[in-house]
Amino acid sequence: MTQKSRPVLLRRRLLAVPAVLALALTAACSNSSSKDGGGASSAAALTGDCAKYQPYAGHAGTKVTMYASILSPESDSLEKSWAEFSSCTGIKISYEGSNDFESQLQVRVTGGNAPDFAIIPQPGLLAQMVKTGKVVKPPAGTVANEDKWSPVWKTYGSVNGTFYAAPMSANMKSLVWYSPKYFKQAGYEVPKTWADLMALSDKIAKAGGGKPWCGGIGSGTATGWPATDWLEEVVLGSYGGEVYDQWVGHQVKFSDPKITTAMQTVAGWMQNPAWVNGGIGDVKSIATTTFQDAGAPILTNKCWLLQQASFYRAQWAKGTKIAADGDIFAFHLPAVNPSVPNPVEGGGEFLAAFSDRPEVQAVQNYLSSSEWAGSRVKVSGGWVSANQGVDKSLYTDPIDKLSAEALTDPAATFRFDGSDLMPAAVGSGQEWKSLTAWFAEGQAIPKVAADIDAAWPQ
Amino acid sequence: MPTALLADSAWTDATIKLGNSFGAIAGFLGILLVVFFAAGRASGRLSRPLAIGIFLGPAVLLLIVGLVAPLVRTVYLSFYNDDSTRFLGGKNYGWALTTDSIHTVLLNTLLWLVIAPLAATGLGLVLALLVERMRRQALYKSLIFMPMAVSLVGASIIWKFVYEARDSSQQQIGLLSQLAISLGWEHPPNWILSQPLNNFLLMAVMVWVQTGFAMVVLSAAIKAIPDEVTEAARLDGARGLQLFWYVTVPMIRTTLVVVLTTVMITTLKAFDIVRTMTGGNFGTQVLANEMYSQSFVQFNVGRGSALAVILFLAVLPLVAYNIVQLRKERETR
Repeated sequence: MTQKSRPVLLRRRLLAVPAVLALALTAACSNSSSKDGGGASSAAALTGDCAKYQPYAGHAGTKVTMYASILSPESDSLEKSWAEFSSCTGIKISYEGSNDFESQLQVRVTGGNAPDFAIIPQPGLLAQMVKTGKVVKPPAGTVANEDKWSPVWKTYGSVNGTFYAAPMSANMKSLVWYSPKYFKQAGYEVPKTWADLMALSDKIAKAGGGKPWCGGIGSGTATGWPATDWLEEVVLGSYGGEVYDQWVGHQVKFSDPKITTAMQTVAGWMQNPAWVNGGIGDVKSIATTTFQDAGAPILTNKCWLLQQASFYRAQWAKGTKIAADGDIFAFHLPAVNPSVPNPVEGGGEFLAAFSDRPEVQAVQNYLSSSEWAGSRVKVSGGWVSANQGVDKSLYTDPIDKLSAEALTDPAATFRFDGSDLMPAAVGSGQEWKSLTAWFAEGQAIPKVAADIDAAWPQ
Repeated sequence: MPTALLADSAWTDATIKLGNSFGAIAGFLGILLVVFFAAGRASGRLSRPLAIGIFLGPAVLLLIVGLVAPLVRTVYLSFYNDDSTRFLGGKNYGWALTTDSIHTVLLNTLLWLVIAPLAATGLGLVLALLVERMRRQALYKSLIFMPMAVSLVGASIIWKFVYEARDSSQQQIGLLSQLAISLGWEHPPNWILSQPLNNFLLMAVMVWVQTGFAMVVLSAAIKAIPDEVTEAARLDGARGLQLFWYVTVPMIRTTLVVVLTTVMITTLKAFDIVRTMTGGNFGTQVLANEMYSQSFVQFNVGRGSALAVILFLAVLPLVAYNIVQLRKERETR
């Protein structure tokens, strides 16, 4: 026994070292986090450039966390847009972007590790989050700011009639990309009505210099979404907002004659063998072409037109001049039925809060204000707000300007992307699958419609 | 000024996080040392059970937390509706076994299960025999084994380029289409869209990745056949194929079975290939991918869980058979 005791003593001393170290380190860490960014001026009057942030003052030294799917470099622009707010008020916004946001948010929120804010791009996902009971209702300031958006946006930020999340940004889907350069060479004019558009397509097809339309609905695991957009554009442009809302809410089924007629219109447009798929292949090749690649043949004049959202702007090769007199530009997709006033289909992002700490509410108020939207517009292009209070002259990019005008037009029939509003089992499940099969396998319209209807949650 | 401030706070943030991680690791090590120290001091009747508990305990605990508990929960969830609020009984299983699209999924999974492992093992065996007689064996072996180092997603992306199709009037991007055109086929099809061919084209990726593994293991087994056995067979007049069927194959039978079942299990679990190449469209969906999209894309946890249970039941006999074979092999040695 005596022989054993020495090594034991030695071991005891060795083991003391890491234990003490651990204690010291954890102590050091817990202190330092509260120290950083501390300002002496909490609640004191802000002066100079900072004066305009007075309503948000009084929370110096605090930190809020934000989680979203926006990655660098776009997220850098976001951080830049609130940098001044942060340094003046002393509220630090810690931003985290993830590729896997949609599924990870669910995991984090139900796991009790919710961020203070999440930027949610689909009303369907917002409803899913509200179901968890963790989403906090916005403060009065945010609700007041919301009035600068057209009323329909409020319903998209609401779940079961309760307003939860203010919109941050908007994008426009009802655009057709074309090349002003080649249009000028061929003497074509930008069509103003659906009939003109169809006549132009026919004319281009008969002229023989490349097919009129290009298209691609491939998008990895989200393959099929561009096809849902085409159908939504046609439904909205044929019947207007009311039928569109009923369709999204499944009071009008996919198998309803109205919707199957719209599908026939889509088939006559994007499944017409004489019209597609310029520069790539036959009708079926639309299913295997990624939406990113789809528009490229416009630059080489192998196809003439592509229906895609405003964010498609980022897909054009470097050096492509995007302007009304440049290589590439876009026009507003006309309504199928001329009596529907200016249909605009779009998407957007909503700011949902999972905490009601005062600093979180201050940030929420600021990010819903038109001042912040203006500040974001100034940082860089490719970002549009449908907030009526944003000065339109701030937009430097012609596509942004075009989108902003359409999105804030009080006479327009604006509706949110339908598949983002439908339940996930349909909107990001069966509808994608069935429309892909429609293009790839030429499935009959009644079967496609019946399959989607059958997937609707009971 | 604001950017400098941002950068500064990012640094302090990073330092705090690093400090926290080190603290946590040090704390963990400290606790472990205390436990081991206590176990080391224990003596007498208590020492043996204590030692067993300390060494086996963490493993069993992790197994329960990481495997058994999720399994039980998955089975439980498979009887509930999409957001686990309403008991449905066997409805999810009924859906899985009666829906048309799921029938295709089950059929495809079965095809994968039979064809991909057989092809990979067969090809691996042939290659093992061929390489055996070549000089610079190691070089060829490493070349064939190399795809094993590529992840399934990476391999799928490589092959997606191979299968890329363009209208025959255009310049081709895909190797396969270009080859077909060079061989005189005027209008090669859009490969990924051609059913049921596309299923086999997808399996080719799995075979490409797994053949190297099969070859290396089988080659080792062939090398382990004692020379006397082959010699004796030769003296008895066995030649070529006879030697192969009556000596080599029986001698490496257990290894063959282990390789085959291992590849089968990998195949059953594989969803990356289908997910990357077709996303389950064009009639190529398999069980593992359908399970993922039901639970994490369409948020129907009940249906996803039911599919997971079906998949689990399908893997179970393979694993059991594999273990029995490994046991047998150990006994014979």
